[in-house]
This record gives sequence, C-alpha cells and structure tokens, in this order.
Amino acid sequence: MIPSSFAYHKPSTVDEAIQMLQDAGEDAKLLAGGHSLIPAMKLRMNSPSALIDLRGISGLRYIRQEGNAIAIGAASTHHDIIDSNLVQSHLAMMVQAGSQIGDIQVRNMGTIGGSIAHADPAADWPACLIAADASIEMKGPNGTRTVAAEDFFLGLYYTALEEGEIITEVKIPIPAPGTKSSYVKFHQPASRFAIVGCAVMMKSSGGTCQSIRVGFTGVSDMAFRDTDLEDAIRGKELSAANVEAASQVAAAGKDILGDHFASTDYRLHLARVFAARAIHAAS
Amino acid sequence: MGISIEVNVNGEKRHSEVDARLLLVHYLRDTLGLTGTHVGCDTSNCGACTVLVDGKAVKSCTMLAVQANGAEVKTIEGMAENGELHPLQSSFKEAHGLQCGFCTPGMIMTAANLLERNSNPSEEEIRHALEGNFCRCTGYHNIVKAIQLAAQQLT
Amino acid sequence: MASLIGKPVKRVEDKRFITGKGRYTDDIVLPGMVYAYIIRSPYAHARINSIDTSAATAMDGVVAVFTGKDITGITGVPTGWQVNFKNGDTMKEPPHPLIVADKVRHMGDNVAVVIATSKELARDAADMVEVDYEELDAVADAVKAVAAGAPLVHDDVPNNIAFDFELGDKAKTDEMMAKADHITTLEFTNQRIIPNAIEPRCAIGDYNSATDRYTLYTTSQNPHLTRLLMCAFVLGIPEHKVRVVSPDVGGGFGSKIFHYTEEALMIWISQRIGRPVKWNSDRSEAFMTDAHGRDHITKAELGLDSEGNFLALRINTHANLGAYLSTFAPCVPTYLHATLLQGLYTTPAIYIDLTAAFTHTTPVDALRGAGRPEATFLLERIIENAAREIGMDPTELRRKNLIPPFDGVNEPGYQTQVALQYDSGNYEAVLDKALDMFDYKGFRERQKAAKAEGKLLGVGFSTYIEACGIAPSAVVGALGARAGLYESAQVRVQPTGKVSVYTGSHSHGQGHETTFAQIVADKFGINLEDVEVVHGDSEAVAFGMGTYGSRSLAVGGSAIMKSIDKVIQKGAKIAAHKLEANEDDLEFANGAWTVKGTDKSIGFGDIALTAYVPHDYPAGVEPGMDFASFYDPTNFTYPFGAHIAEVEVDKDTGKVKIVRYVAVDDVGNVINPMIVDGQLHGGIAHGIGQALLEGAIYDDDGQLINGSFMDYTMPRADDLPSFEVDRTVTPCPHNPLGVKGAGEAGTIASTPAIVNAVLDALSDYGIKDIKMPLTPERVWRAMQNGK
Ligand SMILES: Cc1cc2nc3c(=O)[nH]c(=O)nc-3n(C[C@H](O)[C@H](O)[C@H](O)COP(=O)(O)OP(=O)(O)OC[C@H]3O[C@@H](n4cnc5c(N)ncnc54)[C@H](O)[C@@H]3O)c2cc1C
Ligand code: FES
Ligand code: FES
Repeated sequence: MIPSSFAYHKPSTVDEAIQMLQDAGEDAKLLAGGHSLIPAMKLRMNSPSALIDLRGISGLRYIRQEGNAIAIGAASTHHDIIDSNLVQSHLAMMVQAGSQIGDIQVRNMGTIGGSIAHADPAADWPACLIAADASIEMKGPNGTRTVAAEDFFLGLYYTALEEGEIITEVKIPIPAPGTKSSYVKFHQPASRFAIVGCAVMMKSSGGTCQSIRVGFTGVSDMAFRDTDLEDAIRGKELSAANVEAASQVAAAGKDILGDHFASTDYRLHLARVFAARAIHAAS
Repeated sequence: MGISIEVNVNGEKRHSEVDARLLLVHYLRDTLGLTGTHVGCDTSNCGACTVLVDGKAVKSCTMLAVQANGAEVKTIEGMAENGELHPLQSSFKEAHGLQCGFCTPGMIMTAANLLERNSNPSEEEIRHALEGNFCRCTGYHNIVKAIQLAAQQLT
Repeated sequence: MASLIGKPVKRVEDKRFITGKGRYTDDIVLPGMVYAYIIRSPYAHARINSIDTSAATAMDGVVAVFTGKDITGITGVPTGWQVNFKNGDTMKEPPHPLIVADKVRHMGDNVAVVIATSKELARDAADMVEVDYEELDAVADAVKAVAAGAPLVHDDVPNNIAFDFELGDKAKTDEMMAKADHITTLEFTNQRIIPNAIEPRCAIGDYNSATDRYTLYTTSQNPHLTRLLMCAFVLGIPEHKVRVVSPDVGGGFGSKIFHYTEEALMIWISQRIGRPVKWNSDRSEAFMTDAHGRDHITKAELGLDSEGNFLALRINTHANLGAYLSTFAPCVPTYLHATLLQGLYTTPAIYIDLTAAFTHTTPVDALRGAGRPEATFLLERIIENAAREIGMDPTELRRKNLIPPFDGVNEPGYQTQVALQYDSGNYEAVLDKALDMFDYKGFRERQKAAKAEGKLLGVGFSTYIEACGIAPSAVVGALGARAGLYESAQVRVQPTGKVSVYTGSHSHGQGHETTFAQIVADKFGINLEDVEVVHGDSEAVAFGMGTYGSRSLAVGGSAIMKSIDKVIQKGAKIAAHKLEANEDDLEFANGAWTVKGTDKSIGFGDIALTAYVPHDYPAGVEPGMDFASFYDPTNFTYPFGAHIAEVEVDKDTGKVKIVRYVAVDDVGNVINPMIVDGQLHGGIAHGIGQALLEGAIYDDDGQLINGSFMDYTMPRADDLPSFEVDRTVTPCPHNPLGVKGAGEAGTIASTPAIVNAVLDALSDYGIKDIKMPLTPERVWRAMQNGK
C-alpha cells in the first residue's frame, strides 16, 4: 500500500505552518500523528499534494494548567493526555476515553488536534470535549479564534475549522469540586472505534444530579451534546429507576447511524444503555 | 523527491535520501534490509510492523520515514544486546509464544512498550495492551504467558 | 540418554523468528527484480469491454502491462479433485484463467498486471490503466445461485451447479426417520470465513534464460504440489527445470494450499520479460483473493426415539464454492464433511444430499478443519437443540449415543454409515474428563445463583471427531483426488554422525523442525542439535505433498520413521561386521548397536563414519547412509475430543464474554505436548472467531462489504480467555508413531461449543438458533424476539 507522491514540509512554528499551508495550495494537508491521514493515503482515498508536518513544532505539544483550565496543545498525543497527572486528577473521562482509543501504538502517535480536525463520527475525544465544555483554539491567516466544542463538530468529517486554519489548543475548564466525569464506550469490534461513546460531566450532591453535560459519539454522523438527556436527569435523584427513565430520551431526534455492526434501532438502544451507564459511573 | 534523513536505527546512525511517501516500514525493510519488521495489513490494524520510535511502540506502516528523521528507532533486530537475547525474546521461546513467527516481532515490540510502562501487568492488562497486534496462530494464550514470564524476569 | 518423545522441547526454529532473522517470501530480493501490481475487478460480475494500457505503458519505469488477451494457450489453474454428479456426469470445471479476458466473476478477479521497476511505480501506473466494465447481475448465495433464472457464473454451467453429491443410505434414513418419536430440525448457515493468515501471500517468479530454469518463491503450504500443478496443468513447463521454494511462511490455515493464479502468473511474466518479478499481496487483495472457507447453507433433521436414542440424520446442504474451483474445493464439502456426519455417535442411518454451487464470490478452499468443522457444527448444534426439546441434559443425550470404546487392534475399527472406518477411540473418556475439569455440577449451581442476580451464564458442549492424516492414496484416488496423498522423507546421516532430514511436509508455524528432530534424535539416541530438518524447497526435498489436514506428523512423520528404520537396519549390517557378530544378535538402543548380553558395542557416529569411509566394510553393502522413503497411510487418523465453553451474556447489549474454555482432546500419541497445546490454543481461537466475530458479508451485488480489518473482526487477545487444555491418549493403531494430528482439532470443536453456550445462557428465551457470528446485535435481537 503506497500513497501517491506529495511534497513534504516541516515547519518549526505555527506561523510558519500557516504560511506553508497557504503557499502549498489547495490540496495541501496538515500532518499530525498521521493515524487517520496516512491510512487514507495508503488506500489512496486521500492524495494530498503536500504535507505540512506539525511534529516539528515544539510549541504545540504541552498539557498545562492555565488559570482555571487545562490547556492541551493540539499536537499532544493520546498517550500524553492519559499519562498526564493533571488530566488524571481532574478529568477521569479523558483518561477513560483516551485509553480506549485504538491501541498502544495508535495512542503513541495520534493527536487530539488531529482527531478533532478529522472529526470521525466514531472518534472518542469529541464526546468528551463536548461534555467537558471545552473550547478549541484555531489559528489562521486571519488570526486566532476560539470555538466551543459543542459548536465545533458540524457533520460527517466536517468541522468549524476553516481553510488555512490550524488547531492549536484544546482548553478544558477544571471541573468544580463535587463534579465527576465518565466515558463509556461500546466498541465496533473490528476497528474498535465507538459504536456508541457517551461522556458525562456531572455534579451531584446527596445523590441528586445538580448539573450535567452529556456528549455522544458514534451514534450519529457527528458527535453531539444531548441536552434533552441532560434536562431529563437534572435535579433528579440518581436512582436506578430515574436514570433508566431519563436515558430513554438519549439521542432523541437524531439521525442514527446504521451498519452491519449495529442497525439504527440497536444503536439507539445502546445509546440509552450507555447513557445510563455513564451517568451511574459519574455519580 | 530525495529528502535527506538521519535515523538512529538499532544504535547505528543511518543517513538516507528518501521519497517523502516512503513509509517507515519500507525504509526499514527495503532501504536498510531489516526484514524482521513485517507488513500484515494496509489499515494499520495488525501491528506486525510495530517498532519502537524513541522508545514508544509505533506501527511503522503508519509513519513516514521522513517523520522518523532525527529519531531513534529500534527494531526486533536490535533487541538482543551483546549477543544476549532480550528477556521478551527468550520468554517468547520459553513459553511457546510463537508459531509461524510472523506476528512475533511486532508482539515483542509492543510488549516492550507495555512492560516499560507497567512492569507487572495483569493478564487483563496484557490482553488489552495487545489490542493492536493480531496473531492467527497462537490464540494469544502463550503470548500472554510469555509476556508474564518476561515481566518476572525484568523485575 | 533420556527419551525426547513426549517432552515439551523448546522449538529450535524460534531463534530466527524472535531475532528478526526469519526469511519470508517478501523478504527475498533478487538482482534485477521488478514488481507486479495486479489490477483487480471492483465488480462481482462484469464484462470487460476494453482495457486501455497505453498511458501506463508509456510511464517511466514501467516494464510491461499484461491483460488476459496476452495470455494465450493457457487454460488456467486446475482443481485437485474431481467429484462427479450423482448420475455420473462429469463435474463442471470451468477454466480459472491467470488473467481474465472476457468477464470478471468475483470481486478481486485478475484484470491486468502492471510490471515496473519499483513497487511505487507499479502502483502509480496501475492508476493509469483504464478498464471499461459493463456490470452484470451477480449472485453470492449458494441457494439463490441454483434457483431458476439466477445469473450464471460460467455460461456453460447450467444452474451454476458444479456437481451434486449424496452419501449414506437414503431409504433406510427415510424409514428410520418415519419411526422417530421426535424430530429436531435445524436450518442454518455455516458462514464464510476469510482466512487472514497474518503474512499476506507473495510470489516471486525467476526465469533464467541461460539455463532455461524457473524458480518460484511462494507462500505455499505445499511447494511440490504447486510445482506439479503448475508444470503439468497450467504452464506446461518441464518439471525438472522448475524449483519451487516456500521459505518461512507466516501461517496458512488452508489458504496457502491452493495453487493460485498469481504463482503461475509470476513465472509466466518472468519468462516473458527475462527478469525476476515479485507480487506481494496487500491485505485488501488478500480479503478478495485468498481462498475463503466454509459457506454452507444446511437443513438438518435428527430423529430420536422416546428414550433419546438417535435414529436417523437427514441433511440437505448447499455448498458455495465461489467463482472457480480451488485445489480442494470439490473435496471439502463431500469427503471431508459428509463423511464425518457420524460424529462420535451410533446414529444408525445417515443421509446427506449436497449441491455444490458456483457464485460470484471468491473461491472457497480448505480452511482450518475444512469440512469437518461444518459437520461437527451441524451435529453438535442439532443435538443441543434436541436435548432442549426433549428435556434431557445435553451431556446425557450425548453420552447415551456415544460409540463405545474400541482400540482398533483387538477390537475392529468402527464402521460408520458414511464410508469411514474409525481407527481407535474412547469417546466417553474425553467427555468425562472434560466434565470433571469443568465441574459441570458446580456450574449448574453457579448458573442458578447468577440467574438470581440477573446474570446470564451458559455452558456449551461439543464433541468431535475428525479424519486427519490425509490420506490413503488408493482411497482418495477412488474418490476423485488427482494426486496421491502419501508423504516423502529422506534421512541423511552425514559422515560425522549429524543428521539431515528432508521432509515433504511444510511447516508454517507447526514446529516440524522441532517435532521431527525430536523423533529422529530420540530414535538414533543422538542430541537434538545434531538433527536438522529441511523443508520447503523442491530442490532439496525429493517430493512432498505438503501440510494440511493435520497430516504432517501422521504421514510425514511416518515417512521419516521408515527412513529411520532403514538407517538402523543398514547400521546393524555395518555394526555386525565391525563387531564380528551376527546381525541378529545386535540390538540398537541409546545410540549404539550392542551385542545382546555383552558390553561389545559400537556407536552411531562410528557407524556413520564407517559408512562413508568404508575401508573395513561388509561385503555387498553399499557405502553411505542416506535413505528416502515414501509413506502412504492405510487409513485416515481420527482425533477426537470434548470441549466445554462457559459464557456470560450481557443482557443489555447482547455482548458475549467467554468466561472459561475447557478442552480435552485425544490426538493419539504426543511427541511434543507444548506444541500440541499451542496448536489447540490457536485452533480454539479460530473457531471462537467464527462463532462470535468473523464472517464475510456479501451484498446482493456480490460486493464484499467487510473486506478490511476495519470491518472484518479478527479475534484479538482481549476477546479470548486463557484456555484449559488437557488430553487423553488413544494411540493410532495404524501408523508407526501412533499419532493422529492436532492442527485443526481446536477449530472444529470450539465453534459449536460457544454457540451452544450462548443458547444455554438464553435458555429462558426459547431461542432455537442465532446466526453466526453471534454479534451483540444478533444476540440482543434474539432476546427481544424471544419470550
Ligand atoms: C488502527 C486505528 C485505530 C483507531 N482507533 C480509534 C479509536 O478507537 N477512537 C478514536 O477516536 N480514534 C481512533 N483512531 C484514530 C486516531 O485517534 C487518529 O490518531 C486521530 O483520529 C487523528 O489524529 P492524528 O494526529 O493521527 O491526525 P492526522 O492523521 O495526522 O490528521 C488527521 C486530519 O486532521 C488534520 N489535522 C491534524 N492536525 C491538525 C491541526 N492541528 N489543525 C488542523 N487540522 C489538523 C489533518 O490535516 C488530517 O486531515 C484510530 C486510528 C487507527 C489507525
Ligand atoms: S502492517 Fe502495520 S498495522 Fe498492519
Ligand atoms: S505466530 Fe503466526 S501470526 Fe502469530
């Protein structure tokens, strides 16, 4: 399996990369961990004219606290994230999700920036970022802008990222005390991507849900926030019966995906099951 | 065409001019003749091509040779030191962790990364760590045993 | 010296594999070698209107582009078996061209081949070849294929029927079935499995015009057979000028038996262009072109009397052969499947009616177990259902109908209703041992307790018997085999007493280099290191039939035994001369010939040297110590066993988790228990893959829709438990080693054990069957539709 030929550039700063992206023309692509792009290029489903390799930019790979948020450089690998003490102490769901992405080798190379830019409908990070109320910072020829994760994913492999822009950072607010998070996943058995992935960030006290954000992946053609589900459980006691009842609205009104691993009604059923499991796990 | 790279492979500095599209696995196999690293798929699933890049397990079929510029790459050929087998190598033999041997180099490289991060993994952790490595011969039973054995020997 | 037989000797071949020094076909680079890229059909069925190769041919680095029109005078690759119609009409054997010229008949069919100086250029040039296809209707399912009006795969094969076949006594079966108090029926599909050895296929053709010699390096389980078929049936080139090498091969599982088009094609191309040429399969190609396995659609009925005794088994099966006949295609559903329908049971009347169909799919060939898994699945599934229907414990129903023990020496072999005579067996013993290991009684308690907590635990059983050690040539010849199925071996004692063993078997993971060396070292009383086993090169090994059907040790090992005996006999002549004793007074043990009752003896090494430096030598004895043998078995061998699986089903998702897996197998005598256990582990995993994870999915247009590892689920480490394996030993009475074969046993037994366990877990839902693979959705849906 051999990709088509392309030109290769390796910038050392983000600005340089933006410039190269402009100069290299329409068919140029950014290369981060390469774990979505290179497989597609090998199968010639994607044949960029040039690759701009972000791995030479040292300033894109960091995980640090900035005020009341955790800032993750776009070129941080999945492994960097699950291995980070900062993430481990505040964002259980990110560890749970990250350690279920692909396999050791994929996690050593794949990056969070690449994952969200690629916006595979079955990718794990998007659900977490939505539930965690993360924001995504992008830089392009016209400067820097930030978009909330829940507004970032717009469709199948389609995001708010505009031509010429580079994702530079993902910023996740440090959850308030008393908040717990969880990510549960039903794997597509062959690829191990998500058939359903459900991320929950929830504050509860005395066994009652105070506030909650839910993100889903795998269920529909893009990751989404499920406010109906949030509304159905917010303020309620987190009893098995209540959670079960609330989970019945999961993914309501969404266009549910169907394939030979999971038809639409089974997938919808799984969304409900995993919604309940995620809520319990975050209780 | 013709990007100049320098890669430290198994402790030896190699300078090469490569095509941008050359995959690391083809660089290792075809350019350097290190055929211990295998290709078993074209979708980055099977792990037969796994090598260590700067100490981390990587599927060399999903990395460009140019991305390895400046890196340290270790392949199965570099696992034995001073003529002595790495404990993972000897334990794969000891526990009959291989049959046809095609998946074995990748298994060993992934296991090396696992043991580096977790010196005493449980059976479940080992099985989880092998998610990206397929074996059609052994049913994984003895591969798990081999990694357990190596873990004991390494600690 | 301690005996080496029966010891878990560590494998001698391992060192090269764990150090990266294995030598697989794709590792081979020849001077001046060029690369082939094969353009494959994206359609299941289409007419090729035209192919424009001009742009590709004009590219720098492109050596040649060939299409089907360039290959004249060659019919294609043959099948190895001929199974004629019930009425005696000749089997339909349409040509399987090296490159198709007119029509493609399955996705992946060879359309054109591009040769270039690098694999990159070959790949790039392939994109420049333009093929104009006219898509035609296709059929992928064997039952639909034989229905009136189905699209034809081959214009001259009416109704797509390659042959039909029957076995057993129809009248008796109908009569007994009519007497049955209870009839259990089951309709099911034994789905198509894609072999996916981790090493993709590869072939290098190398023609030398100066010597007029051809060398084929290929990923084959049977290099000599490939040479024979390629020379005699495909290319018509002189066999003595052709060398076929199968170096280290990364797993076969049956999929590397077939003499594939690519092998002959590389030789043909190399001769045309005068350079060595390599083709290495991508995994995507492998999915479409490696011969698949299984794919039966079956209706089965089991008749029982009121006590639960089996009275009759009646079966109708449609076997999907794919678009062309592979090497073993006609044999698998017939002589490796229909003949095994007796299982371990005394069923007095059995009849099977089988239709073998062409479809617009990849050819089907032997896949680990080959026919025997299909037979075992059928039996063990229908027995499980029968037990549930008549309210009898599944182990009791099996036990009640088991064939009683017989050793095949003092008691005769067991004559089945379906043509075979079992060699020796103690079938109840494996069942008892397995039940004991599993603690069946304890399980039923745990199952109840789990149920009270809302958990679904289940147990599944399977017993099996297989016909291995394939096979007596006269028997298979009468059944339509186009080759004998003996094996050859040469034992060459070198002057220094070291021994080279040349075997026609081929190891692609089975550990022949160790097991065979153990036998030779043990028999000669020498060190294991002093024996080297050579295989896989037609130049080094006189002849061979290769490795499949769990035949290597039973047939190949027996051939080695014959040569060992010849060495010992000749050694005795030389020893008698040297010791000035009578040959009859000598005994050979522990590496020396000794005059019985004395301490006069001479060692193996001395005799070896004497044989090559025959200064003081018996008259009339030839110098040298080098013996070739051919061993043709007198019967199949019949390994058997009982497997038990415990599963837990997730009520919410339908996902099945294997909690425990217990296997007791009887493979006859065991030379290396470590290797035998390893074979079982791998086999069990393969069968579990079929039960829960794997299966080719073709849509109605004949498109393979899960042709990649992203969509086709391979068993991974975390899908499986550790296995608890043990054995009983009932030696095979008719081969010198008493061995039966272990390569396929696990696969044959595990598939029904798992499915039965899932159905047991769901016994409250009144579910009769769930289609394989038992994906979470199918299991969940069955629960929804159940009560
Ligand atoms: C075998 C396998 C299994 C996998 N399993 C999972 C799984 O279970 N769950 C899961 O979520 N993912 C999975 N993945 C995908 C993996 O996580 C990828 O690494 C990830 O989707 C892409 O990240 P990357 O850094 O590799 O990006 P690349 O492949 O380098 O790039 C992907 C896309 O994003 C663009 N891009 C990259 N970085 C940026 C940036 N900073 N700004 C803008 N655009 C950018 C690229 O141009 C390209 O279009 C799997 C991949 C493989 C090969
Ligand atoms: S060859 Fe790299 S993952 Fe299969
Ligand atoms: S040993 Fe053959 S694939 Fe693992």
